[in-house]
Parts: sequence; structure tokens; C-alpha cells
Amino acid sequence: MDLLNAIVAFLNFVFVPGVAYGSQLALGALGVTLIYGILRFSNFAHGDTMAFGAMATILMTWWLQSLGVSLGPLPTALLALPVGIAATALLVLATDRMVYRFYREQKAAPVILVIVSMGVMFMMNGLVRFIIGVDDQRFADGTRFIISARDFKEMTGLREGLTIKSTAALTVVVAIIVVIALFWFLNKTRTGKSMRAFSDNEDLALLSGISPERVVAITWIIVAALATIAGTLYGLDKSFKPFTYFQLLLPIFAAAIVGGLGNPVGAIAGGFVVAFSEVTITYAWKKVAGYVLPAWEPDGLVQLLSTDYKFAVSFAILIVVLLFRPTGLFKGKAV
Amino acid sequence: MTGGYGRGGPDILHDCTISVNKGEIAVIVGPNGAGKSTGMKAVFGMLNLREGSVRIAGEDITHLTPQDRVAKGMAFVPQTSNIFTSMTVEENLEMGAFLRRDDIRGTMEQVYGLFPILKDKRRQAAGELSGGQRQQVAVGRALMTQPKVLMLDEPTAGVSPIVMDELFDRIIEVARTGISILMVEQNARQALEIADKGYVLVQGRNAYTDTGEALLADPEVRRSFLGG
Repeated sequence: MDLLNAIVAFLNFVFVPGVAYGSQLALGALGVTLIYGILRFSNFAHGDTMAFGAMATILMTWWLQSLGVSLGPLPTALLALPVGIAATALLVLATDRMVYRFYREQKAAPVILVIVSMGVMFMMNGLVRFIIGVDDQRFADGTRFIISARDFKEMTGLREGLTIKSTAALTVVVAIIVVIALFWFLNKTRTGKSMRAFSDNEDLALLSGISPERVVAITWIIVAALATIAGTLYGLDKSFKPFTYFQLLLPIFAAAIVGGLGNPVGAIAGGFVVAFSEVTITYAWKKVAGYVLPAWEPDGLVQLLSTDYKFAVSFAILIVVLLFRPTGLFKGKAV
Repeated sequence: MTGGYGRGGPDILHDCTISVNKGEIAVIVGPNGAGKSTGMKAVFGMLNLREGSVRIAGEDITHLTPQDRVAKGMAFVPQTSNIFTSMTVEENLEMGAFLRRDDIRGTMEQVYGLFPILKDKRRQAAGELSGGQRQQVAVGRALMTQPKVLMLDEPTAGVSPIVMDELFDRIIEVARTGISILMVEQNARQALEIADKGYVLVQGRNAYTDTGEALLADPEVRRSFLGG
């Protein structure tokens, strides 16, 4: 019985949040990795692209809510997503046209593009805060829980409750659908294959008649969609605050690099590695330990790191990977 | 053709003429730094020509980009990184036919007919193949556009002598289907043996131009470039 309680506590506090957070990071890292594979630079503006996408979706959601539109048990934000994606796609395409294309034509070194993307990051950062403000915004509606702790306890008679937020479940389902769609696109369609060809060998792609500007534009549109979906899911699951999206940049990059930059499978794996490391290291294991080893009564919380230091986890993972396996778990490009 | 790389770069080619007729094989040979590869790149539009012109089937294409020349019926196999290593053999061929909107299965069967080993390995990543097989993928990719002219930059670089003979045989077969072949070769003797036309370049100029047979027989060429 105690063991069951321990498992439920583990699922409730580590596994479920880890899976949801991992899916969000995976979607973010996919965007970063696509840009790296095709445009060959690390896009520091990705976190703020997510913030912009989430913001556009939130504004649309509010408008729909004010009209009384709702999806019943599902959040209205799902209905607003296409508009958010379109707005973000327009923004990144305009940014590419006005900023990145200039450097592409100059054949600027990747490090210059990284710095350029930092400039873009600050611009987007300001734009989002200017439009929606710096505060927390709530836009989630629909059913809050699939299973609430109290129902679970009544159902099973266990002392520990298991809570599954509907947003967490939604995150995982949407992430799975998006990933399947993305891989289908990259592996089965002519356009998707031409993107992989361009990422693999740019010169040969040119010799084959693949148009770089078209590949770049399609990449930005896909990245806008991924960023908006990731940003909205994160906002639904936690809350929307522009600054947290800026902070998300670190775990997202850690995920993309752990998996191997430029490798989409790696981005997904990396997302979960980072998410689970963060959650397990910052979780106070006292409760689970109490069930498994009743004789052991630890003084502290059995927490390796306080949650305030959660970014240190991504940082540490990043450094370990860069030191010992710079191409990542799956074969990506060396940084 | 006269020209060099970049806008202000020095001329590497000086009044150099290269041509190939339908279904023929033309080979460019010459010492290191003679401008062999540069001559080929000039034909493909990868450097600035100051004088002269490039024509295909009588049409002037001097000012077209390499991509537009692909659409006009030119195909180029670079010496290195000439395949998509992370993609399967079949995907490599599909990418070769990227500009085509019609059914490509017929052409793909032709390529598989020419290089049967590729058919067995069509689901394998091209980067996992041997050097000779990679060259076959590279040539196959270029053939997918159904080009009028196939340009090969040292197709036998880095492959074993047996594979080299086989590749040359395949190249002759390609030429028999009516495709003109223009290639740069280090293995001058073997290449001239299969050439209808040979160009010996020295310092970016045409030094000797004749049929492959005649060049092989020319004592001057033999002494200077073929090692006796």
C-alpha cells in the first residue's frame, strides 16, 4: 500500500508535470532546431517568438470569450490558435524580410546572426510587453481537471491523490499530434524533403534547383506555428507572463543541444531529458521517501536543489553535453 | 571564356574554349592549377565571365544563374559533397528531380538500370554507402533532371581502380543515351581513352585540343602530361 502511495505521489509530483513540461520544451526545441538546421544559426529570439504567439492567441481568445464563444470542456484558446499562428508567421516573415535576409545575402557568419537574433529578441520582447503588459495574464477556461486529487482518493482509497490537469493532458495530446504532423511533412512531402536536403547540403540543394528563399519562408512559417503552439500550451498550463518566456530560452536551447542541434528527433528527446532532470532535481522527495523507507526520517525535504535554482539544471546539462558530447545524444551538428 | 572568381579577382581562364556535342564525351585534363575545375564552373555559371559566352543548343545562357541553367538542361556533379548524406538513396534521386513536375518513376528506373546496386540500397542513407556507390548516387541524382549536358568534376577521385573502370563504363553508357558529357579528370590517360574530345588546359588556356585518341598519340602531350 505504501509503495502504491509512493508511486502515486511520484506520478503526481514528478511524472505528470515532467511529461507536460517536456512536451512544451520539445515543441520549443523543435523550432530552435529547425532554424538551426535550415538557416544555420541559433535563434535567441525563439522564446520571445513563443511569447508573441501566445500573446496573439490570448488576445484572440479574449475576443472570442467576449463574444460568448466557447469550446465547452476545452479551452477557447484552441480555437484562437490558428489566428495566433498566422499573426506570428507574419511577424517572423516580416522580420526575415527586413533583418535576416540582409545578412543572408552578405553570407554573414553564424555568430553574427546569433547576435542579430538577440537584437530581434529585444525588439519582440518590447513589442509583446508594449501590447499586453508585463503582468501575468489568465486566459484558460474549460474544464480544469481530468482527475482531481480528491476524486482520485475517493476512487482508490489511497492516501495520496493524483491530479491531472486538463491543460497538461491537452499539452501532451497536442504535442503528439504536432510532432506526427511535422515528421510526416519532413519525411513524406516534396517540400519537406527539400527542406531536409537544404539542411543536409545547401550547395547541392541549389544545384538541384531547390529555391532557398522558399525553403526559408516555409521554415519560418513552421517555426511560427511550433512557437505559437508551444507558447500557448505553456501559458495554458502555467500562466502567461512575458518574462517567463524569455527565461524559457535556456531550457529550450539546452534541450535542442542535448538532443543534437538540427536533429528533430533529438529536440524531442532533449526536451524530456531537460524537463525530467529539472523536475526530479528540484522536487522534494521527502514524501515519496517516507512511503518507501518508513524507517528513514530525513530532517530536510530531500530536495537536491531549491526550485529557485531550476535554471542551473539546464545550464549544468548544457555544459556537460558541450564538454563530452558536443553533437548531442542524437547525431546533430557540432556547435 | 575569360574570367575569375569574385568581382575583382584575377582572371583564371584566358580565352578558353570548351565544347561538347550531343552524345559525346569531352574530357578536360591538365596539370594542377590549370583551371580545369574553374573551366567547368565557368560553364555552369559559378564564376564571373569577363569575356565570352556559354551556349546550350545554340541558346545564350551566359547570364543565367546555375539554378536556371539546371532548368535549361545542365546537370553538375561536384567533386565533393555531391550527395545528401542524411537522406536515402531514393530521396537523393527525388531531390535531383526537384524541378520536374511530371512522373519521375521512369527516369528513376533508368538510373536503377544503370546502377543496379542503388536499387538494392534505395532505402539506405546515402552517407552509409561506399565511395564508389556514393559517386553512383551523385551521378544518378544529376541524371534525374534528364539533362542535355552532364558535367562531372573528377568523378573517379578517391575510388579504387576497379570502381573507376566501372564508372567510366557507366559514363559511356550515359553518353550513348544522347547526353553530352563534360568531365574533368585526374586520371588523364584512362579518361582520354573514352573521350571523343580532349582539352588539355595549361594556365587557363587551351594548350591542346583534339580527339582523345589523337591526344594520346601526340608525343608532346604524352611527354608533358601523361608521363611519357
